Amino acid sequence: MEGIAQLGQYLGAGLACIGMAGAAMGVGNVAGNYLAGALRNPSAAASQTATLFIGMAFAEALGIFSFLVALLLLFAV
Amino acid sequence: MEHEAEAGTGLAFHPMDQFLVKPLFGGHEIHWYTPTNVTLWMGLTVLAIVLVLVVGSRGRAIVPSRSQSVAELTFGMVHKMLEDICGKDGLKYFPYVLTLFCFIVFANFLGLLPKSFSTTSHIAVTAVLAILVFLGVTILGFVKNGSHFLGLFWVTSAPLALRPILAVIELISYFVRPVSHSIRLAGNVMAGHAVIKVFAGFAAVAAIMPVSVLAITAMYGLEVLVALIQAYVFTILTCVYLKDALHPGH
Repeated sequence: MEGIAQLGQYLGAGLACIGMAGAAMGVGNVAGNYLAGALRNPSAAASQTATLFIGMAFAEALGIFSFLVALLLLFAV
Repeated sequence: MEHEAEAGTGLAFHPMDQFLVKPLFGGHEIHWYTPTNVTLWMGLTVLAIVLVLVVGSRGRAIVPSRSQSVAELTFGMVHKMLEDICGKDGLKYFPYVLTLFCFIVFANFLGLLPKSFSTTSHIAVTAVLAILVFLGVTILGFVKNGSHFLGLFWVTSAPLALRPILAVIELISYFVRPVSHSIRLAGNVMAGHAVIKVFAGFAAVAAIMPVSVLAITAMYGLEVLVALIQAYVFTILTCVYLKDALHPGH
């Protein structure tokens, strides 16, 4: 019984890491679109770096959440 | 996270061992007054801030020395960030925002020293910072705007039928703020340090040692960047929340 519980723990931690793929796509999307916009209008780019970092932070937070779920499954259950 | 490394798995240490809170002067019990390694590194953080910002800028030279320009650049960057986002009336809260930024950036950088302890990798530490921001901003919003502050949740620019749904979403996103605010910082720092330690564990195997050393170097460079960016993000989000409190309404 213990073995099955541990199996589920490790499987769940691995599955939780799939969530990081979503965060990776999100962060890449933010940075790519920023670069596309910045190359079209370089004079407006500098004023939007704060927005870039806020957008990246929001996208990245969800990946960190999935990392946290994996850690909780491994160490806190 | 008190797992001991199992014998024979290849790793001589567990990658999470570096985050253990230990009492400084022996013993195992930790009470609220026990001086631990967290206490030590937080003290060193404060000391480093004082050294750079107070002692470093004491000269007040017209052509600044290196430490004076570091202090002035930090001050100027946070000042501009706050003014850009909150406007002139947000500058009243500048001391708190600068304190937050300095504490996080110095704690992150000190945590990157070998054998050191990164205090910001603990959710307990970052949660206190985030909850203080959350409570402060909420109280400030009600003090400054009274019941008008609730307009933050009642989006008047949306169609009437949609507003209750939006109110629920806005309410949830408002209360998730301290959670994501704190976990983002702690998670980033913890993940980076754990990855470095995992690669360090591979260094014991002679065949992949060069790859592992290269990977540690690359990750370390990335971590220096992450340490600065996460402090920047934490501060800029504080500014955004402050703006919501000072000027509610979309």
